[in-house]
Amino acid sequence: MRGMTPIVKTVTRGMAGMIFLYGIYIVLHGHLTPGGGFAGGVMVAAAFILVVLAKGSPEAVTEAKKQRSSVAESLGIFAFWALAVIGLIGGTFFFYNFLTKGRPFRLLSAGFIPLNNIAIGVEVAAALFAIFITLAVIKTGGKK
Amino acid sequence: MILLFLAIFLFLVGLYGVATKRNLIKIVIGLTIMEYATFLILALIGYRRGAAPPIVLAKMGEATFVDALPQALVLTAIVIGLATTALLLSIALRIYHKYGTFDVSKIRKLKG
Amino acid sequence: MMTILCGLIVLMILGGFVALEAASLLSSVVLLGIVGFGLSAAFLILQAPDLAIVQIVVETLSLIIFIAVILKTTSKDATARRRKRLPHYVVAAVFAVIFMLAASWALGSMPPFGNPSLRMAEAYLSPNKFLGPTGAANLVTAVILDFRAYDTLGEATVLFTAVMGVLAVLRKTGRKQ
Repeated sequence: MRGMTPIVKTVTRGMAGMIFLYGIYIVLHGHLTPGGGFAGGVMVAAAFILVVLAKGSPEAVTEAKKQRSSVAESLGIFAFWALAVIGLIGGTFFFYNFLTKGRPFRLLSAGFIPLNNIAIGVEVAAALFAIFITLAVIKTGGKK
Repeated sequence: MILLFLAIFLFLVGLYGVATKRNLIKIVIGLTIMEYATFLILALIGYRRGAAPPIVLAKMGEATFVDALPQALVLTAIVIGLATTALLLSIALRIYHKYGTFDVSKIRKLKG
Repeated sequence: MMTILCGLIVLMILGGFVALEAASLLSSVVLLGIVGFGLSAAFLILQAPDLAIVQIVVETLSLIIFIAVILKTTSKDATARRRKRLPHYVVAAVFAVIFMLAASWALGSMPPFGNPSLRMAEAYLSPNKFLGPTGAANLVTAVILDFRAYDTLGEATVLFTAVMGVLAVLRKTGRKQ
């Protein structure tokens, strides 16, 4: 896949970090402001896709990225499921909110909702990045 | 009430695309328009006149909120719609590599 | 505000209809972008900022995936011939009229617009009751991650399965056919 002009590469160098940071902010403050795991995860994926599109990496590198992204996605959904099962093992019901509620409107409140948001954010970001890498790497062999 | 009728008409536009068109990408576009119409209907059902969005701010007393349950349903459905569209498009890409065309009627005739 | 929403939905209907009739696939995808971003503006008017954020980013990514697929295949629609479309449109109009009549009969038994029945959400929607059980300030997040977390688990599974499907369908085609 070809890269882009030097103007795009220079702008991407500054923008991709900020988009990533904003995505993490939306994921972490999911229980206080609108957003949450899904919107933040898609933004983080968009930051990675921007870097890949601007740089134009060769095919071997994108294959390794696909494997790592697939592993990260599995880890994300495993963490979500593990948080749910902890309640089941502890003697209460599935998805029991076992952490302390804390004081409202603070970052560390609302039980395990921030941890769930982080797990969902990791999973959605890795899933969408894997889809994009697969669509970009495939060769257009055969009839046109 | 007329808003709900317009949203149902948008659903019919998508249904027209799925039922009539012969290009595979147009069928996927029609399916996406049907999904968007469904989200619009759900969000319209939960609306309450003169109410606040469902975020509790620090200085708020007793306030009326918009219904939060349809919004939760639509949030789940948006991401599922994206996953379905991605899978449909990857299958369409494979069909193009095998048959050379997106036309649904020709795909039935050529056998590999 | 409601007239703005009416105009927005009419714009979405027109955009959707032209998207299905366009001859070039790239312009169809751009018109689908009109429908998607118009839906996000409609969510903002209907006091749902959470949905507006998610719809904007998901629509952008969906457009990227569409354009990636079209650029790898073809951009012409070879089936848009100018044959006789009049029987198509007449049948579609008759079906639309029947559907709308059935819809108006079904919508008559719903609560009026702007005044929902809130039977399920009444127990949750006062701030004291909500900040008590969950402690979250965003009511939609509290619903999808604490009261109905099982649905979110199902949705994460669907996304995971779709990605596995994409990775399985699009294997590397190295050899010449």
